[in-house]
Amino acid sequence: MSQTQTKPRRSLGAKALIAAPYLWLLVFFLAPFLIVLKISLSEVAVAMPPYVPTFDLASGWSAFVEKLSDLSFENYIWLTEDDLYWKSYISSVVIAGISTFITLLVGYPIAYGMARSPKAWRPTLLMLIILPFWTSFLIRVYAWIGILKNEGLLNQLLLWVGVIDQPLVILNTNTAVYIGIVYSYLPFLVLPLYASLEKLDDSLLEAAEDLGCPSWKAFWKITFPLSIPGMIAGCFLVFIPAVGEFVIPDLLGGSNTLMIGKTLWVEFFSNRDWPVSSAVAVLLLLLLVIPIVLFQNYQQKMQEKQA
Amino acid sequence: MRNGPSWFNVTSLVVGFSFLYLPIVLLVIFSFNESRLVTVWGGFSTKWYGELFHNKQLLDAGKVTLQVAFLSASIATVLGTMAALVLSRSGRFPGRTIFSGMIFAPLVMPEVILGLSMLLLFVAIDQSRGFWTIIIAHTTFCMCYVAVVVQSRLVGFDRSIEEAAEDLGCPPFKTFFLITLPGILPAVIAGWMLAFTLSLDDLVIASFTTGPGATTLPMKIYSQVRLGVTPEINAVCTILVALVTMGVIAASVTTKRRETQRQRDERAAIAQG
Repeated sequence: MSQTQTKPRRSLGAKALIAAPYLWLLVFFLAPFLIVLKISLSEVAVAMPPYVPTFDLASGWSAFVEKLSDLSFENYIWLTEDDLYWKSYISSVVIAGISTFITLLVGYPIAYGMARSPKAWRPTLLMLIILPFWTSFLIRVYAWIGILKNEGLLNQLLLWVGVIDQPLVILNTNTAVYIGIVYSYLPFLVLPLYASLEKLDDSLLEAAEDLGCPSWKAFWKITFPLSIPGMIAGCFLVFIPAVGEFVIPDLLGGSNTLMIGKTLWVEFFSNRDWPVSSAVAVLLLLLLVIPIVLFQNYQQKMQEKQA
Repeated sequence: MRNGPSWFNVTSLVVGFSFLYLPIVLLVIFSFNESRLVTVWGGFSTKWYGELFHNKQLLDAGKVTLQVAFLSASIATVLGTMAALVLSRSGRFPGRTIFSGMIFAPLVMPEVILGLSMLLLFVAIDQSRGFWTIIIAHTTFCMCYVAVVVQSRLVGFDRSIEEAAEDLGCPPFKTFFLITLPGILPAVIAGWMLAFTLSLDDLVIASFTTGPGATTLPMKIYSQVRLGVTPEINAVCTILVALVTMGVIAASVTTKRRETQRQRDERAAIAQG
């Protein structure tokens, strides 16, 4: 029973309960986006802050409207003309896509092994999957530098075993970025996948076995199709944050690893071009809106199906 | 295959978990390395930990980070719990869609965008940046995580006790503190811990919103990592990993114990009744 039906008028306390988090988010989450949008339409200036026009709230609405006419789409045109940005966008999507696919290949056997393990093990295994998620992202990425670099542990091991006689160059390449993303986002894929595999009704597999179906075929015909919802949810959870990733391409990738998060960072901190980095942010957001909306719709459909 | 784990499943679990844990284990091992060369073993030593305690910059950064994490996690827990109550209890109100959108959006938003937009807000209102601006930024994205964690607990919470209290004339404020809060406390604590670690770990948003004099530990680690791998960083990272691991394990043990205690109490109450 919702309160609105019994009490059409909210008490002061109930209003305050809504107002406090609402106002906080309006001021510190929504308003900043409008500012980003606005600055992306401004021009660079050698000043602090380094862009014109700046809005002066004190000068009132008419001044605001007048300033609107000063806004330009120049930054967006610039983004289409300089192919660095196009390449960054495309390469972010490609790198995130490839990494998501590898994460799926690595994560599926883990989730499957967890779901098929004895019931008594499962809470511990689940805890072990979640624990790295609590550990700092930066530290987990840093740990790979010592492993992947030319004189690093992986090369030492391979040289010692005799598989290679020249150290492999992995650090500062796209391969290192794939490894970093797969490693960092693996729990996001394993958890939803495990949830859908664990729910699987064992009697279906028993029935298949009784009817003489070999176990690999039973997996392909029963387990795999029923785990598709978990796979899709997991892939979205890896893909969406991976597109805007900054730390991994910056620390593990090379100078020719283009990712949009890194481009934005460089544009902002090194080139101090605030309007262009705002325009990059707006376009990155637009790029991500598509998979996010798809994901939301998908989740909703799944929930309705279950209900 | 169902009569116990098959060799394939055991192998994939062993390989999978080795992949997850080996890098961290190696990082910890090499923090005890005598040699300055991070990848060549030169004997066991704790000297890098000793040096940490003389590195004033690092200690200061650690202090700032803990203060920021504590304050922003605490504010975020209050605001996030309120937001969760609004989402699950307030029914319809004007602007509800925007409200829930603002709660869920930061969870999927790239950090670079959150950081950039926050900074531009602080510049626009001419707020000098530093300690408090990091706290505001961290509170904003952490409260959304807290809201989601607490809300999932509120959904499964039996409302009849709250309604009984209200019918008996208990003011809503008192009902919340006497009935709702004790019921959702594990989720509130989990939310606080999540917010604390998120703030502790954050590099990107803090880098955008910081100002002179407020350097956090991830920022310090990041600037050193760019110069190369050193055993001191391994030592700092080991301490952070140890703290977080102990925190998570302690929390899960307490939750489990509390749960068993509650079940025992319930059984005792039924037996007496």
